[in-house]
Amino acid sequence: MLRTRVMPCLLLRNSKLVKTVKFKNPRYVGDPVNAVKIYNDKEVDELIFLDITATVEKRAPPFKTISEIATECFMPYTYGGGIGSIEDMKKVFGLGVEKIAINSKAVERPALVKEAATEFGNQSVVVSIDAKRNPNGKYEVFTRSGTNPTGLDPVTHARKMEEMGAGEILLTSIDRDGTWEGYDLKLIRMVAEAVTVPLIACGGAGSVQDFRKAVDAGASACAAGSMVVYQAKDRGVLIKFPMQAELRKVLS
Amino acid sequence: MIAIVDYGMGNLGSIQNMLKKIGAKVIITHDSAVIGAADKIILPGVGAFDAAMENLNKLGLTPLLNDLALEKHRPILGICLGMQMMTKRSAEGALPGLGWLDAETVRFANGSLRVPHMGWNTVDIRREDPLFKDMYEERRFYFVHSYYVKCADNSDILTSTKYGIDFCSSFAKGNIRGVQYHPEKSHKFGMLLLKNFAELV
Repeated sequence: MLRTRVMPCLLLRNSKLVKTVKFKNPRYVGDPVNAVKIYNDKEVDELIFLDITATVEKRAPPFKTISEIATECFMPYTYGGGIGSIEDMKKVFGLGVEKIAINSKAVERPALVKEAATEFGNQSVVVSIDAKRNPNGKYEVFTRSGTNPTGLDPVTHARKMEEMGAGEILLTSIDRDGTWEGYDLKLIRMVAEAVTVPLIACGGAGSVQDFRKAVDAGASACAAGSMVVYQAKDRGVLIKFPMQAELRKVLS
Repeated sequence: MIAIVDYGMGNLGSIQNMLKKIGAKVIITHDSAVIGAADKIILPGVGAFDAAMENLNKLGLTPLLNDLALEKHRPILGICLGMQMMTKRSAEGALPGLGWLDAETVRFANGSLRVPHMGWNTVDIRREDPLFKDMYEERRFYFVHSYYVKCADNSDILTSTKYGIDFCSSFAKGNIRGVQYHPEKSHKFGMLLLKNFAELV
């Protein structure tokens, strides 16, 4: 049986591990390579690393850090942040990354997703979509680490990204990020129904029960941030991951 | 020395990282002299079938690999697309495969299951092989693929995996072995498999 994937989604800022709340107030939570070693021991399914300032600060991906992580990462590794060209992708893949995530650039130039999928195969291309409810209750796609409203509807955008060749959609609710309140199930349901590629739910996970709910809403995989870097809500830093047996019980 | 064949496709860094971790001597190369002199060969691969075959042909590596695999019986392990390239053909492309086994590569039917088959799945042993030595507990590996290998000769199948259907997730014919999953990304399970491959005599 194929298992539901559960993966830490970890944020990089100046090559340090940070955690945000609603995409704001990045708080230092540790060293990325150290975290990877712990996640190896925990037999984590996959890891996602996103550099949250690379695009905003017009920087290239932090190749050295990406490589240091790859050397210790014996599980599938997705990297996103600042990837703007096929050349960047080649470099990143060459370091030992399995999948690249494209967010802002996929909105600015959707053809990049197509070029990436053609060059590296759909399975290596994750399109990351950050969505937020705007004041009139409608969902809207934001780029550039949640700072730039695009006017795009996440459902239409996700469908287009699938057409362009995205192999997976990483869907993050900006409103739920770092809140421990559970995923935005309505958002997950809407997007999961619109696409056939796997959808990774992100933003809001506070317990393993939340994973179950996301899967029931149509997610193929679940990403968690705060839950895997903090002891509990409003508590100290602790790199951790639910026990395999616990996940299996809830997810199978 | 284990040579990882670099023909411009796939995540070679990961395979090298894990082999280094287990203490194996490893080199990423497309130099025919180096590949020819290696004790063991890994044929990796991520991407499209035709592009992979074309690159291999362009680098002039196909005749060398044929000779090493079929005449010199050098242990060779295909990973993911590398496994698929060892078959006669693939539904993904028009170019012929290496054809080392009587097998072909076909696509998962579009049904209720999502394609690609992506994530952790278990493998059931059909035939004993040194690759799975000392692997007693549940064997769990990371998969990501839209195509799978169909063996004409069932005795070539080492393991099968369930995803809608039972498909061949590892095969072996003499010195030639292929795995559909990514041992280099499968924690201790993959580490043991690569260790077993590195220690093959």
